[in-house]
Amino acid sequence: MAEVETVAPLVKVRDLKMYFPIHAGLFRTHVGDIKAVDGISFDILPGETLGLVGESGCGKSTVGRSILRLYDVTAGTVEINGFEIAHVDRDSLRSKRPMMQMIFQDPQASLNPRMTVASIIGEPLDEHMKLSSDERLARIYELMDWVGLNREFAKRYPHEFSGGQRQRIGIARALALNPKFIVCDEPIAALDVSIQAQVVNLLEELQERLDLTYLFISHDLSMVRHIADRVAVMYLGRIVEVGSREALFAEPLHPYTQALLSAVPEPDPESERHRKPIVLQGDVPSPSNPPQGCNFSTRCPKVMDICRQIEPAVRDFGEGRQVACHLYSESMQTTAEPTAGDITN
Amino acid sequence: MPDTAMPILDVKGLKTVFRTRGGEVHAVNSVDFDLRPGELLGVVGESGSGKSVTMMSLLRLLPSPPAEMRDGKVMFDGQDLLKISPEELRKIRGSKIGFIFQDPMTSLNPVYTIGFQLAEPLRAHLGMSKAQARTRSVELLQLVGIPDAERRLKDYPHQFSGGMRQRVMIAIALACDPQVLIADEPTTALDVTIQAQIIELVKELRQKLGMAIIWITHDLGVIAGIADRVMVMYAGQVVEEGPVGEIFRDPQHPYTQALLKTVPAVRGPREEKLQVIEGQPPIMHGAPVACSFRNRCQYAFDRCSEENPELRSVSAPGHRAACFLLDKASTPEPEAVNG
Repeated sequence: MAEVETVAPLVKVRDLKMYFPIHAGLFRTHVGDIKAVDGISFDILPGETLGLVGESGCGKSTVGRSILRLYDVTAGTVEINGFEIAHVDRDSLRSKRPMMQMIFQDPQASLNPRMTVASIIGEPLDEHMKLSSDERLARIYELMDWVGLNREFAKRYPHEFSGGQRQRIGIARALALNPKFIVCDEPIAALDVSIQAQVVNLLEELQERLDLTYLFISHDLSMVRHIADRVAVMYLGRIVEVGSREALFAEPLHPYTQALLSAVPEPDPESERHRKPIVLQGDVPSPSNPPQGCNFSTRCPKVMDICRQIEPAVRDFGEGRQVACHLYSESMQTTAEPTAGDITN
Repeated sequence: MPDTAMPILDVKGLKTVFRTRGGEVHAVNSVDFDLRPGELLGVVGESGSGKSVTMMSLLRLLPSPPAEMRDGKVMFDGQDLLKISPEELRKIRGSKIGFIFQDPMTSLNPVYTIGFQLAEPLRAHLGMSKAQARTRSVELLQLVGIPDAERRLKDYPHQFSGGMRQRVMIAIALACDPQVLIADEPTTALDVTIQAQIIELVKELRQKLGMAIIWITHDLGVIAGIADRVMVMYAGQVVEEGPVGEIFRDPQHPYTQALLKTVPAVRGPREEKLQVIEGQPPIMHGAPVACSFRNRCQYAFDRCSEENPELRSVSAPGHRAACFLLDKASTPEPEAVNG
């Protein structure tokens, strides 16, 4: 991966905004917006996994859904494999659907309980490809082999499977149309610890075999550290820090990233005894009424006067490291263009 | 922690069975454990391992049918909690033994104010007047770090955030100065930064109030930070227990070993490939006749499918594990078997 600099990004998101309107009163007048995603930009290189982390309500799932146009975005552009996605009409969007797919958090809720495994995995094939019934079945079997499901289970229903196996069905469905880019929205959050590792290893194997690009959305920092090449940290609708996995976990720069990493307890009683986590005060503000200036200013342990007035610009630290924080306002130059960065580190 | 102190809670041979349409499910299979004053016991296991059902069985909180307590003794305060009358039990629940549930939204009543729900145990168990209960409620909310306590008594659960609701739950559980606090996954539904707040709060309260705590979780990281002793459950049985340092440094049961390896770390060296435990936990349709972990265990041998291993002592004091490997002269090195 030495020639990374020359590779064009597969996914290019610029200044993406997703506002959900709030209607109130007798006439349902528009009284405000929930700014779930408020101007974020990033790139994902082909074959790369970008981890998107943040706490619940920070807008990370909304990012995943809006870049696949499961929502009509408020503003900004999304380019996947050279095609503009954010503002095209339905018909041309439909022809682009096969290359971008999604794996959902809850395999229980995202699989139709009345469809057999074969019909769930085969549905995208029916919608987008014209296959004979033999070809179709052969493809379904191939997909089931890929994700490690026994072919004999093709006629069974989702409720007959365990959580981990159900997630495998969801993965097979996402792979059916040979996608290039897959958004994994908390794919392991609903699974047990011993099953999580199985699914993560499967995702890694498939990425290698099929040359997939992932946006891996998760609140589990240790799992993101395992699977992602680069990591973006979100807080209240904005990305506060992006960097390569090694750099970001070794030396987090943004105070929020620092607090987030230090809050993760480690399965080692010796180090836990001496560890002093940065404990943030208070809760995340409402995205319908974000604070003035920096979004994190209400909870930041290093808050300064300027943070409460001016929103910090995104600053480039080289090697794909970007931080939006006033602490680093001197010496660093401001950039509007997100870099994909050097993932070799 | 003092090993010599009399246990405050002593559980022996607890067995709980659910009678379902698909047959019996043996959720808790002869669980023995004790809890000493001031100690924090961490209970670890995956979903379905019986950790919550064990704790609910202690206080007879499970609806019967379908649950049925087949056997066992739960000694607390000189009484067997499984034998005493419902009235006597009610005096213990929520007063001498407090309970914090996983999901604060579903365990608080949405149609009553926080003030009412806090005052309820105070008036019922301690016979306080309305005014006394109110004063104490304000103190409790301040104790768990809820700002503007006086005013917030009038608020309903939905007006609190997740972390604040969990603080309210803790306040209710602490209302009557319990000797034992049972916390069932109290931070699982919360974000990591909020989880850190709650853990710090519990550590602080423990020092201040000196109660014994049973903390149920599947997060080994949380346990490492707060527990004195750890109990690992699998398929309704205790497969290993011991002091926290021993369990993490020198786990004896293959399940504990595997569990510790499947979790990637946020600090320190990063593993290239995650270790997995193949397969999934069994559903116990009968009492265990063989080791329940044998189908997923890389060291399983003939004896494992012939009888069910009991807990046996390991070299370190207080460390016990239920595995036949301990009877063999030496434990095989994992590398040798992985192949």
